[in-house]
Amino acid sequence: MSENGHAKSGVRYGMVIDLDKCTGCMACSVACQQENNVSFRPDESNKLRSITWMEIYQLENGEAFPEYRHAYLPKPCMHCDAEHGAPCTFVCPVNATKRDEETGIVGHVYPRCIGCRYCIVACPYHARDFNWWDPTWPNPMEASLNPKVSVRMRGVVEKCTFCSHRLNDARAKAFLDKTPLNEVVYTPACAEACPTKAITFGNLLDPGSEAAKLSKDRERAFRILEKLHTEPKVTYLSSHKWVRDLADKSL
Amino acid sequence: MKEERKDVSGRAGGIGPVFFIVGFLAALGFGWFVFPDLLYSEKTQPVNFPHAKHQDGSCEDCHSFRKDGSYTGAPKMASCKECHEDPVGDSKDEKVLVEEYIQKDKEIPWQTYAWQPDNVYFSHAPHLARDVECTRCHRDVTKEDNLPVVKVNRLTGYRSGTMSMVECEKCHVQNGASNACAACHK
Repeated sequence: MSENGHAKSGVRYGMVIDLDKCTGCMACSVACQQENNVSFRPDESNKLRSITWMEIYQLENGEAFPEYRHAYLPKPCMHCDAEHGAPCTFVCPVNATKRDEETGIVGHVYPRCIGCRYCIVACPYHARDFNWWDPTWPNPMEASLNPKVSVRMRGVVEKCTFCSHRLNDARAKAFLDKTPLNEVVYTPACAEACPTKAITFGNLLDPGSEAAKLSKDRERAFRILEKLHTEPKVTYLSSHKWVRDLADKSL
Repeated sequence: MKEERKDVSGRAGGIGPVFFIVGFLAALGFGWFVFPDLLYSEKTQPVNFPHAKHQDGSCEDCHSFRKDGSYTGAPKMASCKECHEDPVGDSKDEKVLVEEYIQKDKEIPWQTYAWQPDNVYFSHAPHLARDVECTRCHRDVTKEDNLPVVKVNRLTGYRSGTMSMVECEKCHVQNGASNACAACHK
């Protein structure tokens, strides 16, 4: 039992991102934007106002040529697994954002959100964005919106959901096939789009899953800001020490 | 000592409470009987479908599911056409169906009773797998001769019969299903 009284199940969906394989092409970010009906504005240069669920950071080792190295770091929501709740769920005054203790996914109910933005402040990973304006899409993009994801309105916060609508579809199928819900696997849009297969997604509590195996890599695995004990469920892999050393610096 | 029973304005007491009660009842009556009707617009179905007269087949003939459990939506005109290419009776409803829709090859713009807002995720699949009766959520249509009027909330678009979240939650609790936000919200 976790502190909030919900029994933990045998499912903890998580992601492993191999930075050695990431080329920074941003296909994951674009796929996410399209899959989840993330709105954009004509001028996206102000990153404090724009909305990105899957953000790509460029890491540099700070050395001059010829020792200069750089790497890319795609950053979705970490879906923190800390016992007392994720930092965002802990501060939400209206229970709009909650962690599903059956799957470990931190969800956000948009119509319930009052837009106070405490969660944005609380999140050490800058995973959350605020809808400063009504979402608009240039014609004819509105016709290509994904009907499986609801469009957010002005004044609410949004973030990566690990494509929980895809999980719902996979679970619906599992019900008909009589597969146990604990064995349901699915792929979020970012992992599906990655051309170098740098993103692996799966159940971290299933010792047989690829994601669980990779996340236990002793040499290369690290998580961002582990010192905060937020227990992020997104693990990164890098064979470079300077990349791993950056993990405890704030974003 | 009659003078003492006069109120501050000097008028005789007794009439004030009457005004209060009449006003109170009028306000209650407006709130209970008039306002709910003002709030909902009424939409009639384009064609009246007497479910009671179509009990020779099974429900799935018209209300079917795809292999992944998703609902195919309101019945298409093609399934009406299978029997009603030409009128089989002499009812007025059938005449409308045949002349306005089947002969003009037009889909029937059915009004939805079970409409849900955009942020609701619902799949029939888990409910089918658990053998939940259709009538647990939908009205029993087997003896219905006239389709009821669709009442649409002018402000929210909700139908008068839109299932509320608490109904879903209650049943989920009773059957041990998940009540996590993402189970029903997208």
